Amino acid sequence: MNYRLDFTPVIEGLPDLLLACLGTFGLALGGMALAIVIGVGGVILRDSRIAPLRWLVKGFVELVRNTPFLVQIFFIYFALPLAGVRLDPTPTAILALGINGGAYAIEIIRGGVQSIGKGQIEAGLALGLHRGQVFRLIVLKPALRAIFPSLTSQFVLLTLTTSVCSAISAYELTSVAQRIESESFRSFEVFGTITLFYLVISWVMMRFFSAISQRYFSYPVK
Amino acid sequence: MSDAAATGAAPADAMIVMSHVEKWYGDFQALTDINLAVRKGEKIVLCGPSGSGKSTLIRCINRLEDYQKGEIRVGGTRLGDDARTIDAVRREVGMVFQHFNLFPHMSVLRNCMLAPMRSLGASRAEAEATARALLERVRIHEQAEKYPAQLSGGQQQRVAIARALCMKPKVMLFDEPTSALDPEMVKEVLDTMIGLAEEGMTMICVTHEMGFARQVADRVIFMAGGAIVEEAPPQDFFSNPRHERTRKFLGEILHQP
Repeated sequence: MNYRLDFTPVIEGLPDLLLACLGTFGLALGGMALAIVIGVGGVILRDSRIAPLRWLVKGFVELVRNTPFLVQIFFIYFALPLAGVRLDPTPTAILALGINGGAYAIEIIRGGVQSIGKGQIEAGLALGLHRGQVFRLIVLKPALRAIFPSLTSQFVLLTLTTSVCSAISAYELTSVAQRIESESFRSFEVFGTITLFYLVISWVMMRFFSAISQRYFSYPVK
Repeated sequence: MSDAAATGAAPADAMIVMSHVEKWYGDFQALTDINLAVRKGEKIVLCGPSGSGKSTLIRCINRLEDYQKGEIRVGGTRLGDDARTIDAVRREVGMVFQHFNLFPHMSVLRNCMLAPMRSLGASRAEAEATARALLERVRIHEQAEKYPAQLSGGQQQRVAIARALCMKPKVMLFDEPTSALDPEMVKEVLDTMIGLAEEGMTMICVTHEMGFARQVADRVIFMAGGAIVEEAPPQDFFSNPRHERTRKFLGEILHQP
């Protein structure tokens, strides 16, 4: 062991690295927002009365959950342009993260919806609300509350998965770190530093979700 | 044929008319030839052993259950398969459930305001005024900002009654409203129901509270095996039941060991 630590390139690159953390947060938040939309929408379609819609959602969930994320993002970035859909790295990354997170969110949220008692739905219907209102106003919030811890860990995972988006050189922490590393060969220092950064990012995300939980899901239950 | 079928044509002021209603779950017949006309302001108590179809019957009236044969009319509207008539009927028929089914994520007040705003299109101010007035009527207005889980069972059921009344229903259905309550809370709920009856509400109550039936009911209907076996005014029903099955049932519920 005669490797001598030299943090100079890391210190010089620190503004870039910190800015890149914002890129990581941006991808993560964009991906989560899309994942929530896909998750809730998917749950509605997954249990709709129209059979082809149910099959479509089931197929989507199976496809996404049983293929690697790297392949999914490569497909969107490199293969879709051949079909005329050309996206920049950042929108591609958000789309891929949203689709991937959304497929998992569908299964998680669906579990929450199924945990809501039939009596709740009947009470809503008996009050003259139609099915869509019952779902939106009565079922959704308690369902999300029930699965919020699972959704939180799925979304922390999604946040860490942004690192894979460096493969299409989306602007985020890992790709900036790779650039600094390739210019300085200070692998230990660079990747050691961003390991700590990712820890902090995960922690911030967890605080973020527990704040949401406090704000929206803290009503008393027996 | 049962006594109910002999009731004949529905009276002109009938609020609910069920004629020849039949319901199956697969091969199991849950309701057999149900004929029942409920006049405006009438109070009906439905009783019978568990599994006799009482709950199923009242759940057909607001279409929480469908039925395969016969016809149900509520306030002149024929209850069909289309969502519009079903919603229209549900807006006029309030229901109180055994397990209250309050929405846990909303305050008591919001529970009462939700449907008037979303289903009747009431403004927030109107809905709140109605909700507060009705919560006061069930004597629970001090708890308006609390959440359901912070209330006792009896309080929750009174909120559920207020919530249903906020829709200004023409008929109230009660599906074993006191069965899930601790004994000391039964009275407060029954008193609320008695008050409602005295104000002239049309009510159908599935209950085994025979004291309530004696005091409030215009007719007591006894069901067994998915059919109406006997119906009579309470004094006749209790003192002079005609059918063996009614006598057996009354013997079981009135003579506590």
